[in-house]
Amino acid sequence: MAEIAAPARPASRSLRFDWKRFLSRYGALVALVLLILFNLAVTPNFATWQTLNVNLTQVCAIVIVGVGMTLVIATGGIDLSVGSLMAIAGALAPLIFMGRIVSMPHLYAGVALAFVIPVLVAGAFGWFNGWLITRLRIQPIIATLVLFIAGRGIAQVMTNGNLQVFKVEEFQYIGLGRLFAVPFQAVLMGVIVIGAAWTLRRTVFGRQILAIGGNERAARLSGVPVVSVKRRVYAISGLLSGIAGLIVIARNSASDANLVGLGMELDAIAAVAVGGTLLTGGRATIVGTLLGALIIQLVRYTLLANGVPDAAALVVKAAIIVLAVWLQRQNLS
Amino acid sequence: MSTPLLSMRGIDKRFAGVPALLAASLEVGRGEVHALIGQNGAGKSTLIKILTGYYTRDAGEILFDGAPVSFATPAAAQAAGISTIYQEINLVPYRSVTENICLGRESRRFGLLDWRAMHREAETLLARFNVHVDVRRPVMTYSTAVQQMVAIARAIGFKAKLVIMDEPTSSLDEQEVGVLFDVIRQLKAAGVSVIFVSHKLDELYVVCDAVTIMRDGRTVRVAPMSEVSKLDLVTTMLGRRLEATEHRTAAAAASGRGDQDGALLRVRDLAAGRKVREVSLDVRPGEIVGLAGLLGSGRTETARVIFGADQGESGTVALSGSSGTIKEPAEAIRSGMGFLSEDRKLEGIVPAMSVRENLTLALMPHLARRGIVDEARSREIVDRFIQRLGIKCAGPEQRIRELSGGNQQKVLLARWLCMNPRLLILDEPTRGIDVGAKAEILNLVRELADQGLGVLMISSELEEVIEAASRIFVLRDGRTVADLQGDAIGEPAIMAAMAHGHRERAEEAMNG
Repeated sequence: MAEIAAPARPASRSLRFDWKRFLSRYGALVALVLLILFNLAVTPNFATWQTLNVNLTQVCAIVIVGVGMTLVIATGGIDLSVGSLMAIAGALAPLIFMGRIVSMPHLYAGVALAFVIPVLVAGAFGWFNGWLITRLRIQPIIATLVLFIAGRGIAQVMTNGNLQVFKVEEFQYIGLGRLFAVPFQAVLMGVIVIGAAWTLRRTVFGRQILAIGGNERAARLSGVPVVSVKRRVYAISGLLSGIAGLIVIARNSASDANLVGLGMELDAIAAVAVGGTLLTGGRATIVGTLLGALIIQLVRYTLLANGVPDAAALVVKAAIIVLAVWLQRQNLS
Repeated sequence: MSTPLLSMRGIDKRFAGVPALLAASLEVGRGEVHALIGQNGAGKSTLIKILTGYYTRDAGEILFDGAPVSFATPAAAQAAGISTIYQEINLVPYRSVTENICLGRESRRFGLLDWRAMHREAETLLARFNVHVDVRRPVMTYSTAVQQMVAIARAIGFKAKLVIMDEPTSSLDEQEVGVLFDVIRQLKAAGVSVIFVSHKLDELYVVCDAVTIMRDGRTVRVAPMSEVSKLDLVTTMLGRRLEATEHRTAAAAASGRGDQDGALLRVRDLAAGRKVREVSLDVRPGEIVGLAGLLGSGRTETARVIFGADQGESGTVALSGSSGTIKEPAEAIRSGMGFLSEDRKLEGIVPAMSVRENLTLALMPHLARRGIVDEARSREIVDRFIQRLGIKCAGPEQRIRELSGGNQQKVLLARWLCMNPRLLILDEPTRGIDVGAKAEILNLVRELADQGLGVLMISSELEEVIEAASRIFVLRDGRTVADLQGDAIGEPAIMAAMAHGHRERAEEAMNG
């Protein structure tokens, strides 16, 4: 039995450095460090508090949605509805705190409800995605396409297609406030990332997510409650989309059902892929998704700060995704 | 009949160095219905796939219609007149019969579809099978039998000289099987040859003229159908002569005890789908019960229904000490069952996870406090089972896909043993693992049974079942046909039941 020999880390076994394996494991981190070093050398005024804050606020929504997307992809699924769910949450919140649905006796009551209800509604829609997938056995890409299309429509119907402009500091704290000089949304992002990473690694729920993505049939035969785990995962993705929707409208002091979360599903999937999560499920890294989102953001920032137009930045973004997926395949073979 | 239509001789095929076919041969005469049978892995499918161009052969020659051929693709084989019929009906329900038949080979005139010619073509083609219908009407308005004919007619077309039917009846009900047999007779009358692959022995005698039996990649027997008995078929397929192998005395002794004990598992008249029709069996605590039968006899399907992985339609499954029917594997596990699936890769291991996580997959909820996995306890349990079962791995954190088949199987066995089950269902527990690991696993199962575990074991290897089990139920076409205990256990009895079935005896045993 030759298989007994431990196929431990190849780097320790052979003297030749296995750069492909190294890159596929730590590639995202290496790329991020290289990007930062490059910027320190080239971009003017890079090492400032302001640059950090700008980049953090830009990336928060993507990371928060990306965390939910990572969990969904870890089960072997995908969630295309995240952007539309952001729009629903973003349309609902101003309706609540501006008293358009029921008049609010107190500003704080309105703001509190404007945080809770839209997020729960988005979570409920996420759970509905899970229901379509587990009960009606629709493929995730099609099931979530339903809300990808209908969700934005629902948001537009709620607001009659109007742009909602507002200035409510208490509510906008989620997008504009600071906690010890750090943008509050970045703190929120940090908490979500750490919480999700810990859940995935240490809890029964987290391991069951990976078991389902790794081999759904085996998981079911081992008593893993596949249906309920999947529904919970899609509900979480919905909840996180709701939070991201609130951040985006708070930042803009306006909610436009046509624009909130537009294209977010693709940004989130890109962050997950670049971060090193296996798109077929079974292997996932939340921190990787954070790094992936930071890389995409920083590349865009670098190009813009150095006078390259946004359109060109999109091409570079695409190239990074291709590279990341190629590296993943190297690790598999 | 001068030269045969098809003659395959000395066909060799290896996959990654492992021989799948060794000088296999197959000869089919013109207008002959030829049965091709063999156990799982005997090489039937490989031989057929070489003929139809899915695989290329390593050696040997194929003569078709008098000329040497070597098809590069299935399309080339079809163009030369070899059609294959699949199990399901694949039609476009809303479109007309003509459209379904002519799909992909439409007649055109001046660049437009020539409907008149196509309708005529469809009518003539169906007339060959004695079907006379209005070909302009949608296919869905006709009965299943007609639809099936349309599907077959489309597959065969006008040019087929040889039609391959790979287990065509496994998803058909009796009436549909009758229709299919009519088609085969009509094909035969029209001079078309048929290769008929099936595990249902009775069917072979109804329609086939001759039979080729394969075993371990070789053609072991070719004979006219009328010259082989069912028992011959079974013994040749399994490669055994009718000598009684002595059944282990230890196991025989075990069967004596516990007759008065209540059954742990009691299955009565279970039916589910087409594969499980009327299965009854009992498992008592501390007993290893074998479930024998040919491929397709419904063994795995029965096990899956018992475990709640599939739903039963009628009949009862009762596990002592638990009430209500089991609808999900999770419920089965809660009431003390474990199920080792026959397909380790597809339904057993989670390849990207470690040995530890695979081993504790079912146990994990019990290892957690408030949803958080107790890693220390999990490590302790895993270390204990790695040692006890002698699992050879670099450590509990090694990925399971890096282990050998035998060690993977031990991890999966440990997945259930650490749950302390009352009943363990083992589906082909020793398939694809080396001899040493095989013996270790069987010894372990025996040891556990001595401690009171009830075991239901499915195995295609008769020797294995006979050695391990103290009671054997034989399934045939989804029905329990024999219940053998003690001295009655032996290869002749099992094979006789597989070949003919002994309903009366089985019923006596169940009622008595």
